[in-house]
Parts: sequence; structure tokens; C-alpha cells
Amino acid sequence: MSSTTQPVTHVMPARHYLNDNYGIRSWLLTKDHKRIAILYLFSITFFFFIGGIFASLIRLHLLTPGGELFQADTYNKLFTMHGVNMIFFFLIPSVPAVLGNFILPIMLGAKDLAFPKINLLSWYIFMGGATFALIAMVSGGVDTGWTFYTPLSSGYVKTNVITMAVGILFAGFSSIFTGLNFIVTTHRMRAPGLTWGRLPLMVWANYAASLIMILGTPVLAITLILLALERGFHIGIFDPKLGGDPVLFQHMFWFYSHPAVYIMILPGMGVISEIVTCFSRKRVFGYSFIAFSSIAIAVFGFVVWAHHMFVAGISVYSAMVFSLLSYAVAIPSAVKVFNWTATMYKGSVSLDTPMLYALGFIGLFTVGGLTGLFLAALGLDVHIHDTYFVIAHFHYVMVGGMVMAYLGGLHFWWPKITGKLYPEAAAKLAALITFIGFNLTFFPQFILGYMGMPRRYATYAPEFQVLNVFSTAGASILAVGFILPAIYFVWSLKYGEVAGPNPWGATGLEWQTSSPPPTHNFYQTPVVTEEPYYYGTEEEVRVVQ
Amino acid sequence: MAGQVDALYLFLVLITTFFSLLIAILILYFAIKYKRTPGRPAEQIHGSTLLEIVWTVIPLGISMVIFLWGAFLYFHMQRPPSNALEIYGVAKQWMWKFEYPAGQREINSLHVPTGQPVKVTLISQDVIHSFFVPAFRVKQDVLPNRYRTAWFTATTPGTYHLFCSQYCGTKHSGMIGEVVVMKPADFAAWMESGKAEGSLAANGEKLFQQFGCTTCHRPDSGARGPNLEGLYGRPVRLQDNRVVVADDNYIRESILDPNAKIVNGFQPIMPTFRGVISEEGLLQIIAYLKSMSEQSGQPLNNRTSPTELRDTEVPNVQQQMQQDNQNQKPPGKQP
Repeated sequence: MSSTTQPVTHVMPARHYLNDNYGIRSWLLTKDHKRIAILYLFSITFFFFIGGIFASLIRLHLLTPGGELFQADTYNKLFTMHGVNMIFFFLIPSVPAVLGNFILPIMLGAKDLAFPKINLLSWYIFMGGATFALIAMVSGGVDTGWTFYTPLSSGYVKTNVITMAVGILFAGFSSIFTGLNFIVTTHRMRAPGLTWGRLPLMVWANYAASLIMILGTPVLAITLILLALERGFHIGIFDPKLGGDPVLFQHMFWFYSHPAVYIMILPGMGVISEIVTCFSRKRVFGYSFIAFSSIAIAVFGFVVWAHHMFVAGISVYSAMVFSLLSYAVAIPSAVKVFNWTATMYKGSVSLDTPMLYALGFIGLFTVGGLTGLFLAALGLDVHIHDTYFVIAHFHYVMVGGMVMAYLGGLHFWWPKITGKLYPEAAAKLAALITFIGFNLTFFPQFILGYMGMPRRYATYAPEFQVLNVFSTAGASILAVGFILPAIYFVWSLKYGEVAGPNPWGATGLEWQTSSPPPTHNFYQTPVVTEEPYYYGTEEEVRVVQ
Repeated sequence: MAGQVDALYLFLVLITTFFSLLIAILILYFAIKYKRTPGRPAEQIHGSTLLEIVWTVIPLGISMVIFLWGAFLYFHMQRPPSNALEIYGVAKQWMWKFEYPAGQREINSLHVPTGQPVKVTLISQDVIHSFFVPAFRVKQDVLPNRYRTAWFTATTPGTYHLFCSQYCGTKHSGMIGEVVVMKPADFAAWMESGKAEGSLAANGEKLFQQFGCTTCHRPDSGARGPNLEGLYGRPVRLQDNRVVVADDNYIRESILDPNAKIVNGFQPIMPTFRGVISEEGLLQIIAYLKSMSEQSGQPLNNRTSPTELRDTEVPNVQQQMQQDNQNQKPPGKQP
């Protein structure tokens, strides 16, 4: 327990992981999970802004119904590359490979992940995949949609589908390695006294996501390989002209890609659990319910894939089963939301920037989750499937949820990662701008979807224009909200206040070591004697304050 | 149908609004009420199993209501009424072609009467498309390897959007059309004015002759192929003793991939017609076979081997298939 309310001037520690070694070699050949996390941070930030540029161009194009800005072909490439970039090269690695990589071993009181070399290898494989993806993008782009539905992708489009598929295949392997590392580390390298019941919820969430990465990603790999075989060698798997079945592709693709949304959101939920407890100064409400709901989501997430296919011609009975199971997976998410809310009850709440993002997450994820109920309802999905309703729902979960969680986590652990505090006022402003811009961008899309505007349309009927203008206006605000943190984070590296080991007064092993941590995280192996989020008995807390 | 879908939609909007507001108000209330103040520490609460049960069971109950409601609507949507007006649609990059049984054809527009259910049987010539009429709340993916059907009943005359909602390549957003809903009398007049180049079935009969199908598919017992008169919509016993119904998809498959399902008592000697007959041609041949079964009550099979399915057996087999379906067991042997 450290006291942080009194003004104390901190100094940067003399030795830490950033100044332990200098030079490009010490970064490119590092086995330190923290440095690898930084490498990932640079990589995915790059892809986030590339994907963001694609998104901005999409929104600009949709200002007018006639779509005067780009040719239809160009527009199709833009939304495809926006999706591929954001999903495979930003969202999936975001929290696990950056924040998880950095914080998970420290939370466990470990010196590093179980397999440091595999961790570095995973980054190189990721960059290999990224290179293929970039080659595919600059050499003409890909226009299949990020879902690569066959037989369009395997036999009809003329773009670099195989190059892109190889890129995604590589990125998939990097996430398998990250997941493998997390699982083994969580099992084998917990500090003395750190029982499973004392694990921070961030660890539980990443553990659950890792299970999906390991079990699901190989199926994506197989799917992409089959797609490449059909496209490259005309081996009939999915194209009926070659004797294949196009719906088979959808089954295989969604068998991975539905659980993949839980790869994306679960680690974000872990971040939210950390932030809400810290800024409420309270132990989490219903620890085991939040922990096991993560596992439940990981398990149920594997048996709901065909809810993407209710109008694809699957049998009525299997559609019913998948609809039912989709409701089953909604319940653990609801349980989490209620528990986070209850954690604030009778807490000591302060609305610092990470907490603002966390509250934004809870609100927007609730809307995103509830609108998922619309899509899981069979008779209703028929109408809103493949419309802007789906776009809005997905972005409420992935941007309103996951990106908010990622930004919240980045603000929360930024002092730990860099040793510096970011400027609080600017950060609060950015959080507010993001929240407003986000809602203005995506809320109109729910209405557009119910009105019947199909997704992936380069031109649209004039009656949809007003809402599209709102959406584009919102996107420009949202862009400001995303650019601001990039500016003040960089600014803080030089001008930020020195944070000290525990600027938030948080519990958790990561706050007991210096900021930035030493290369081996701890000078002495920590021993855990308390439950997680032990914000003290009332007496102890009074003494501190 | 649109009204029923909207009712479920409104119910869900209410649920969503209620829970979103509940969470938002609680968060804001807690953030203000329990704002950090010196001297008032947080109260450490471990949790409450009772509350956990409450907020597991209530959402579960609500979602089961939504599930059943949605499933009920979906069941209804998947069962076209038997008195529906049948129209055939072929989708291709990037247009819609529709044909009426009497032979009228149109491109990117679909004329239908008010008050009568309309069933559209859909197939794609290339990639997956999707038939989407927002005003009727109807959507069905159009696959390149099997017929799917969509049905609706239009109530108000007017012109409505027809969209392709499954991304299908460059001009996906240009693959749009209109559904023109007319009063029955106007529709009948429109049908009359449509220049029909012979009905679907008549064109199918021409193709049937042209491709020499009659060489083998004859009613006499010496024929090398099963007699197709009276075939449409009836159960057929296959070589592996499975029984399948000779519907649109079965006939299409048997023409394009004849060896997939061999009728009991016959040899796999038929060549494939893949790439030879267009999707429209297939629809015409199916229409022809259908018209043959409407005209005559010929025996289904022209062979007398003991395992074949005779006319008198048909009701029994149909009954058995129904029971099998109810027992969730696939009929006969499965590969």
C-alpha cells in the first residue's frame, strides 16, 4: 500500500528496462517481454492509423449517395483493407500482445514470460505477416471484404487474395504463440502465494482469450490454406463450379472468426476489471463470477458461429440451435457488466482518464451487447443481417468496447511502461471527444440498418443520406479523439511528470515495482498474501488517507 | 410479416433502452454519489450470490422470450404457403433476372400483385448474392449451388427497393432493382402485356428434346434412365436405400452431377450437363418436369425390381419419412 495523495516528488529509477541497454540490436534481439510489448505497440499503432485512414476515406466517400470520390472498385478495397487491418493487425494483438505482454508477467510476479524467445519469434512472425499484408495493399489491394467469402474470393476477384491470406495466416501464428506463452506462464510462473483465486482478472481474461487463440486460430489457418489452394491450383473445395460448397467456407471461417471477437473483447474486459476496481478503491464485486464468466465466454464462443449464417441457407433447426446458444453466450457478458457497475457502489470513485474510458466501455459495450440480441433473434436477423445495423453493432463492441478498453489500459499503465505521467486534462478531453465522436458516428448506423441500407455499398439510395452525413461528421470528431492521445503520449515522454511506482494507488504486483520496471521486473521475488484488489479494511484505508 | 418483425424489433428496442439507461444511470449516480472524498473510504463488499443469481436468471429469462419469438417468426418465414405465386430468379454479377411460369421475363425489376403470397426460387450463376427487400423484411442468400426460396405477401401498391445484400464484387452496390407491387387487376393486365416467348415448361420441353434426354428417360421398361413423368415432388429410393424427395435441388443436382444420387435399379451412365445448360435452362427443365407430374399420374419408376418404389408405396414412405424427421433420425442409411 503506498500513499499517493500527498504530493511527493518522484525520481526515475536509475536502472530500468529502457536504459538497461541501448542500440537497435538490443531492441530487435530482445527477449524482454516489456521491450517486445513496445515493439508490438509501435507495430499495431502503425496499423491502427493506416486502418483509420481507410475508415476516414470510407466515411468521406459516403457523404454523398452517388459516391463521387472513388470508383466502386477502390471503395471495395478500402473497406476490405480497413477490416483486415483493424481486425488482424490491430484488434487481435492490441490488448494481449501490447498490454498483456507487458503487464501479465509482472502481475504474476514473474521475471518474464515462460518462453521469451518464442515471444520474440511471435513478433517477427507478426511483422512477416504484416509485410505480406502491406505488399498486398500497395500492389493493388484486395477487394473481397475481410470475410473472404467464396467463391467470390477464390475464383472471381482479380486482386492479391493469396498474398493477403498468407499475411493473415502469419499473424494468426503469432497470436497462437502469444496465447501459448500466456497459458504456460499463468500455469507455471505465478509468484509464491499467488493462487488461482488471487489472480488479477486481467490474467483470467487473457488466459481465456489465449485458450481461444490456441484452439481457434489453427482453423483459420486451414481455411486460408484451402482458400489459397482453390484460388491458386483450382482444387475444388468451396466453388461449386469445381465441385465445392461455398457455405462450407462460411462454416470454417466463422468457426474461427466468431470466437475471434472474444479474443478481441475478453482482454479488454480484463483491463476494465483492473481500472474499475482501482478507481473505485474497492475490491471487485463477485470476483469468481467475473473470472468464470471469461471462461464461459471462451467455451460458449466456440458453439455460436452459425449465427452469422441465418440467411445463408442452413437448416431451420440448426439455425434455432445456434440462436439459442448465442443467447447463452450473452449472459456471461451481462454478468460482467452488472458486476462492474456494482463494484462502484459505495466505492471511493475518482474519474481519472482510465476510469472515463472504462465507464465509456461499460456504457457502449452494453449497447453493443444488447444490439447483439437483435441479431441473434432469428426472424429479426433476416431483416437486419448484412445491413448497417451489423456494422453499428460490431463497432459498438469493437470500438466502443475494445478500443476504449485498450486506450483506457494504455493510459492506466502508461506511467508503468514509460515512468511518466501523461497530461491529465488533455487526456480527459480526448476521452470525452472520443465518446461523443464515436456515438455520433455509429448510432445513426443502427437506424440506417433498420431502414435497410446494405453494408459494403459504394453508392446508396438518396433517403439514406442524412444519417450518413451525421455518421461522417462523427467520424471526423472521432479521428481527433484518436490523434490527441498519440500527440500527448509522445509529449509526455519528454515533458511528462515522473510517475513514481504507483501513481494510482493501485494494488497488484505491477505497482509494487519501480516505473519503469527493471529488466527482470523485481529485485526480489514478490510473495502474495492477499486477495486481489485488496484496498484494505476501512481502518487501514483511513490511516493511509 | 413486416408488422410482426417490427413488433419484435420494438420489443428489443425497449429492452435495450431500459438496460442501457439502467446501467448508464447507475454508473453516473455511483460516480457522483460515491465521488472520492477524504475521510470517506470505500466500503469493501465481497459480492452477493443472490444478486448474481438475479442478474443471471432475469437476462436469461428475457433472452429466452426473444429467442422463442424470433424462432417463431423464422419458422413462418421459412415455410412458403402452398398457394403462393411462383417466380424464378437468377442472380449474376451484377443483375437480377426474374421469370414467371407463363414465360414473362424481367431484369432488375419484379412485378407482384397485392394480397397474394409470392414465392421466389433463387439461384446464382456465379458468386453468392442475397435477395433483400427491406420493405417486406425478407432476405435470402442466393447460392450458386442450390435453390433457395424467399416468400412474402405485399400489401400496398408501390415501388420498393430490391438490394443485393451479400457482397458480390465490384458493382455490388449497383446490383439493385425494384419490386413493383400492383393491384391484382393491374397485375393481371401486366402479365397479359408481357411478351412471353412460350411458358417456362414449354421452353423446358424444347431443351429436353434438344439435349436428347428422352433417349433414356422414357416411360417404357427398356429405358436406361428412370421415367420422369410424375417424378416431381415424390420420394425416390436410391441405390444405397436412402429415400429422397425429388424437389428442385434434387433435379438440378441430378442434371449437373448425375452420379451423386443414383436411383435404385439404374446404372450410373448419365453424363454431366454442367456448363452445358444455363441456370435459366435448368429452371425451364424443372418447370417442364413439374408440368409433367401435374398432368399425369404415371407410375414413378419404370422398373420392376423388388426394391424400387412403387406408386402404392408412396404414402407409406412419406409417412415413414415424417416419423423419421420427428424422431430426429435421418431416414435410411447414412454414408
